[in-house]
This record gives sequence, structure tokens and C-alpha cells, in this order.
Amino acid sequence: MTTGTTLSRKAPISRKAMGTGALLALAAVLPLAITEPSQQNFLILILMGAQMGVAWNIVGGYAGQVSLGHAVFYGIGAYTSTMLLTTLGLTPWIGALAGGLLAALFALAMGWPCFRLKGHYFAMATIAVAEIMQILVTNSDFLEGAVGLYLPMDRGGWGWLIFLSKLPYYYIILGLLVLTVLVSWAIERSHIGYYFRAIKDEPEAARALGVSLTRYKLIALSVSAFLTAMGGSFYAQKEMFIDPGSVFAGTISIKIALIAILGGVGRLTGPVLGAVILITIEEYSRTLFGSTGSGTDMIIYAAMIILVAVFSPSGVLGLLGDLRRHLPGAKPAAVKTEKMEVRP
Amino acid sequence: MTADIFIQVLVSGLLIGLIYALVAVGLTLIFGVMDIVNFAHGEFLMLGMYASFWAFALFAIDPIVALPLTALLLFAVGVIVYQTVIRRILKAPMLSQIFATFGLMILLRGLAQFFWKPDHRLIPHSLVSGNIALGPVQFGLPQFVAALGAVGVTGALWMFLHRTRLGTALEATAIDREAATLMGIDGQKMFALAWGIGAACAGLAGGLIATFFPIFPEVGSNFILIAFVVVVLGGFGSVTGAFLAGIIVGLIEVLGGFLIGPEYKTAIVLSLLLVVLLVRPRGLLGKA
Amino acid sequence: MNTAPLLAVDGLGKAFDGLVANRDISFVIHHGEIVGLIGPNGAGKTTLFNCLAGFHTPTTGRIAFEGRDVTGSTPEAAAALGIARTFQIVRVFQSMTALENVMVGAMLRNKRVAEARDRAEEELAFVGLSHRADTPASDLTVSEQKRLEVARALATEPKLILLDEVMAGLNPTEVREASALVHRIHQRGIASIIVEHVMEGIMPIAHRMLVLDYGAKIADGTPAEIAENPAVIAAYLGE
Ligand SMILES: Nc1ncnc2c1ncn2[C@@H]1O[C@H](COP(=O)(O)OP(=O)(O)OP(=O)(O)O)[C@@H](O)[C@H]1O
Ligand SMILES: [Mg+2]
Repeated sequence: MTTGTTLSRKAPISRKAMGTGALLALAAVLPLAITEPSQQNFLILILMGAQMGVAWNIVGGYAGQVSLGHAVFYGIGAYTSTMLLTTLGLTPWIGALAGGLLAALFALAMGWPCFRLKGHYFAMATIAVAEIMQILVTNSDFLEGAVGLYLPMDRGGWGWLIFLSKLPYYYIILGLLVLTVLVSWAIERSHIGYYFRAIKDEPEAARALGVSLTRYKLIALSVSAFLTAMGGSFYAQKEMFIDPGSVFAGTISIKIALIAILGGVGRLTGPVLGAVILITIEEYSRTLFGSTGSGTDMIIYAAMIILVAVFSPSGVLGLLGDLRRHLPGAKPAAVKTEKMEVRP
Repeated sequence: MTADIFIQVLVSGLLIGLIYALVAVGLTLIFGVMDIVNFAHGEFLMLGMYASFWAFALFAIDPIVALPLTALLLFAVGVIVYQTVIRRILKAPMLSQIFATFGLMILLRGLAQFFWKPDHRLIPHSLVSGNIALGPVQFGLPQFVAALGAVGVTGALWMFLHRTRLGTALEATAIDREAATLMGIDGQKMFALAWGIGAACAGLAGGLIATFFPIFPEVGSNFILIAFVVVVLGGFGSVTGAFLAGIIVGLIEVLGGFLIGPEYKTAIVLSLLLVVLLVRPRGLLGKA
Repeated sequence: MNTAPLLAVDGLGKAFDGLVANRDISFVIHHGEIVGLIGPNGAGKTTLFNCLAGFHTPTTGRIAFEGRDVTGSTPEAAAALGIARTFQIVRVFQSMTALENVMVGAMLRNKRVAEARDRAEEELAFVGLSHRADTPASDLTVSEQKRLEVARALATEPKLILLDEVMAGLNPTEVREASALVHRIHQRGIASIIVEHVMEGIMPIAHRMLVLDYGAKIADGTPAEIAENPAVIAAYLGE
């Protein structure tokens, strides 16, 4: 290869870096312009969604192992940091790390047997694990069961990550999102990222090239679990209250996956875009039609899911890619579509 | 535990197990025919329940009498769902398939809320009500009739699959799609038929339990996970397997709930799912 | 200095629920040798490859690679030891470019992405696909995809490469090119076992031929000997 192509290969990265920098600067000043607490809360929800989606994308997108039970990690994160805070008085800075590690260990323990399954079967196993966990927590006296856990109201500030105003939460979740994106990016660029994609595309061929499926799937799941759990800890800090229904529920698992799929799996920006779209629609349809229980918000939400599933398997990013390619003078780009994988 | 209680538990397990079997045969048929897991299957059951509810509330038709109507209606729903959504995702990635049927699930729940409000509804004074006592064992007549109906419908489906040309073609497609296509069976028609029959079975299950089970938009969620367990245990695509597995799951659920605690019965059934997936992923009667 | 054979297969058998796909197969492969593996459809050639590369656990018999027992090892362990393979039905990584496909192979020996890329570029050049480096693998023709699989396998720096019908469906010019490629692989000191139905492609370059029929080895000799072997002729005529 000539140096020319090497240079041209590097060029889009620096352009990407500039775009990312601009986006980050915008995100940093945004809450200074939007000061209304409910609107700041809305921004926080988007960042939370994006963080979950980017974390899920590591295993579900890059490595192609569709987990529909990610709430189990989210819940472990939320419960670990909260229990450590309420029982031992440990700061959530450490609690969130502990939650992440515990979730990663749990991921290893559940992945070890479950990764023998493929496609639908793996997805179902993850649903089952998460549901079982929710039932166990709901019936655990130690974890206050269905009653849930309250965070102590008598503490505050950066040491405890408890605040009255929304602004600090905004910057914390922005920081967590940046961390999650950086981890994904590092994976994407390293041999691990290549191995993940190889496993997703052709697992048997990957093995023939010396890739251990179990090892790399476990890496994907545990890293994803770690980051998802951190998101769960953040949720607990922000809401000051958790119960099994709010952090272990099946709907959370689905939402996490949906954010990534909506934006476009297997790419870094997909889940972020997915979060912006999904959370916006979710919140607006709720405020416009919601709380009366008329079901209109659900109908709109569902219609959107179905439309994306039917018309754009590679998500909104894929759709944008298609559009760009149809514009005159556009360079053709490879749009990656997901491979179907069924049967154990 | 005394023998009486044990028998009582077995009977309850059997009765509910037969309903699970009826819900699951449709799911397994759809999966067998086209490798798509229908997350909206519980919603077909829910629609069946509301169909009975409307028949009762608007025209004072008893749910049991309305069953043929319910079946026809849900057959139509299944075919429409296939033609409008599923047909377009046959070759899509698995993720899209999961989310299409998942979106369908939310859509149908949303529509149910829209038309019938989120309230729990009950159908009072059905033709079948009251209890039967057989010696020391007691059970509700509605439950008994529902279980009987489930056996009847599953039996009829079995006859259809094994005794009619159309049914044999459908069964052949479920067992080996490629071979069936080579034999000149029209895949598209079979797919639509599977969705129609699958939805009708779930709808019939809904109509049968509408006499004793509360009706609300999310009612399907009580059944879908269990139906997955039944399908996996029976072996994907196997109607006979699903029938047997339904009974087994019903028994395990009731027995486990009795021995360990009713709050854990779903966890027990889901643990069974994990065990089957890991130990024998093709289930009892599934193809290798 | 290498007196032990590269690969020694002894009494290898493989059965699938009663169907015996390989039975009592024994042979050796020496360093750098080009060995053709032929036999009618369903003779068990691909099954043998799957056993050698760790994809199947043999039901009976032993496989030794460089004197070490590797019977029933995993594919990834086999790859690490230096056994590479291609697939009869191509299995390229569809979402990657040609170059990235080969990089995955190169990463077995060197996890650094930049260095794996350099290595992959060399192997692409070796199989003559440099001009397609940035093309998505799914856009390559089938014959290009087969060559890509060869490049990917070579990037793992194997001592033995198992090629499963890489010449199928090629036109005569392409078959000659493929033969030349196999010869250049030999010149690098890599031994190869080549499953092929295209006799014009394999007979001129093979040092030795193995013939399977109904799962059993029926002949083992030079191409000239094989061409005159009555058992082989019978196997092919009886097809
Ligand atoms: N995984 C498997 N399970 C069951 N049977 C198998 C399996 N793999 C191969 N077989 C059977 O083993 C026999 C040998 O197949 P194999 O693919 O090894 O033949 P082959 O010599 O490569 O044929 P071809 O020239 O057509 O590629 C066939 O009867 C085949 O159906
Ligand atoms: Mg073969």
C-alpha cells in the first residue's frame, strides 16, 4: 500500500475527532442555555439512554450477541452502590465501581453457559436470567424486596453525588457517557473490535483464525455489563429511590437494546442518535397524550419501532447512509447490515 | 403434604398446563415454519379475551358461545399481521425480527388501552361458573371447561396437521422448510396460514380463560414467557412437544409454587427454560 | 533436521449418529508437501478437514502435529499450532473490507492493528487481491472470496494449510493461476492438503495424492500412480 492511501485512511478520523469535539463542547454548554429543570432532566434522560445504548452496543452490536436482559446489570449497579451507601456509608464513587465489577462478574458467570447458545436462544436465556433476578430481588428481605431502597437525604455534594439541582447530574452522566464512548472507541480500534465483528459475521471462520469465541464474547458481555451497571448506579443517585420495577424490569432491557437498534447497531454514533430520537418521542408522546392511559403514546412508540424494524434494519444511521448514497456526487459507502443467526 | 393436597395440586397444574399448551402450539408453529419468535403472541390471547368481552358486553353473547367468532377474528388478525409486517422482515436480521414483533406487542397493548381503558374487566355470570368437587379434590368449572376446550382445540389442530393435505403441507414446512419448498409447497401461503392458526389458537385460549381470568391490556405478559418455556421444552416447531411441555410446565409451576412459594413460581419455570436450553436445546421432541 | 512428519494421522474415524463419514484413515504429511485429497461427493473429505482443524472430534484414531498429539483440539488451538483452513462454502466476514478480513487472520500472531494491517497487505498482494483491499468482502466475486480466504489463512502463518475446493467454479485461466498460487505457498515452506474435484488443477502440482471413498482411504501415491490405480478408477466410475 502506498502512503497516499494510509493518509486518506487517517483523514476521516481527524474529521471525526473535530466533529466529536464540537459535539462535546455543545453538550458542555447546553445546560447553561437550557436552565429549566424539567428540560434539563430531559437532557439527562437522553444522555442516560445514550450511555446505556453505547454500552449495550459493545456486546449486542459489535459482537452481535443480542442480550435482552441488560436490566440485570443495570439493577446490579443500582442496588450495589445504593446498598453500600445505605448500609456501609460508602461513597457512590466507590459503590458504582463495585457495582460495575459485580455486574462484570455476573456477566462472566451467566455468559459462560449461555454463550453456548446462539441467536434467539441466547436472547431468550438473557430474558430468563433477568426475569429470575427481578423475582429474587423482589422477594429478598435483605434488599427490602418490592418496597425498594431510599438513598439517605441527609448527605449531599460531590463526595456523595447527591444534589438538589439537576446541573451536576447532567455533567456526571455526560462524563459517564464520554467514558463509555471512549471504551467503545478503544475496543473498536483494537484487535478486540475486529475479533468482535469477525465473531458476529462468521463465528466458525473466526475460530479457524484462532479467535476463541467464548473468551471474546465474555469480554464483550462483561465490559458492557460493567458500563451498564455504572449507568444503573447513576440512576439510583439521580432518583434517590430504586425498586425492582424501576431498575430490573424487562422493559428496561428492551429499551436499552432498542436505543442501539433504532440508531444503528455496531457503530459508535448509532446508539447516541437512537437515544435522542427514542427519548424525545417517548417523553413528548407522554406529555402530549400520556398519563390519561389512553394508550396513544404506546401506539406511536410502537409504530415507530415497527417502521424502523421493517424499513431500516440498519437503523436511522443506515437510513441516512442510504440517503447520502443516493445524493448526486456521493461516494459509495459500505452499509453494514446485520447477519441473521438462528438455531443452536 | 397429604395425598389429597398433592392430587389437588396436580389437577390445578394440569388444568393450567393445558391452557399453556394451547397458547404455545401457535407460537411453536410460527417458529417452526419461519424461524421467527413472536413476542406479540400473548397479545393475541389478550385480543381473544377482549373479543369475548365485547361479545358479552355489547351483544350479551357468552364467551363460550362466542368461541368460533373469536377464532375467526383472531385468524384474520394473524393473517393481517403477517401480510402487513412479518412478510417484510422474513429476510431481515434477527434483531429487526425481534423488534418488529416486539413493536407489535406494544402496539396491540396500546390499542387495547385505547379501546378498552387500562382497567381490569371481568365477565360475570358466564354459562360456566361454580365449582366441581370430585371427592376431596375441588376445581372451578370454568377452569375445567377451559382445559377441556384446550384439549379439543389442540386435538383438532393435530388432526388438521396430520389428516388434511393443507395441514400436512404446513407441518412439513415446520419440520423442514427447504425440503417443503422443494416439494412445491407455497411458502408464503404456509407462513400466512401459520400466523392465522397461531393467532387463532392464542385467541381461543383467551376466549376460554375469559370466563375466570381478569381482562386487561397487559394480560399477555403473564403468558408469553411461559409460552416460550413451553415452546423450548417441547422443541421448537413441534406441536405434540408443545402439548406435552405445556402440561409439564403447568405441573412444575403449580407444584413448585406450592413447595417453594407462589411468588417464585415464574422464577422456577424460567429456571427450567435455562436448564433445557443448556442441557437439551432441541427440547423434548424438537428436530436436532 | 525435521525428521518427524509435520502431520501424522493414525486410524482416524468419524461417525455422525451412525453415519460413518471417515473410517480408519492413516497418512502422513511432510513439511512443505503439496498433497491432493480427492474422492467422489460425500466421500468424507471435508469431514477429514474438520477433524484435522479441530472442528470435529474424531470418533477414533489419533492426529499428531509436529509429533504432538492434537486429537480433539479446538479450532483456535489448531490455528495457533499452525493449521489453517479455508471453507468449501466461503465464509468471509461480510461486514469487513477484504483487507480487514485478512487482518483478523494476521492478528493471531500480532495483536497490533497497524502491524496486522501491514502483514495483511502483504498477503493480499500474495494472492493478487491488492486492488480490492478496500472493497467490502461481500462485494467480491466468489472466486475472489475464495482467494481472500486463502490470504486470510496464510496471514495466520501456518505450517499446514487445508484448502477445500478453492478451484471450484473457476475458468481454465483462473485454475492455472490458482495452481501457481499453491506452488508459491509451497515455496514458502508451507505444506498444503488440497481437496479438489478439478483434476487439471491439482494433478500437475501435487507431490502426492490421497483418495477417499465412502470414508476410507483407498489410495495414496503420486498423481501418476493414482491415475492408473484400479480402485480409484472404479470409485470414480461407480459414482
Ligand atoms: N455435521 C455433520 N452431521 C452429519 N453428517 C455429516 C456432517 N458433516 C458431513 N456429514 C456427512 O458425512 C458424509 C461426508 O461428507 P463430507 O462433507 O465430508 O464429504 P465431501 O467428501 O467433502 O463431499 P463433497 O465433495 O460433496 O464436498 C456425507 O454423507 C455427509 O452428509
Ligand atoms: Mg466437501
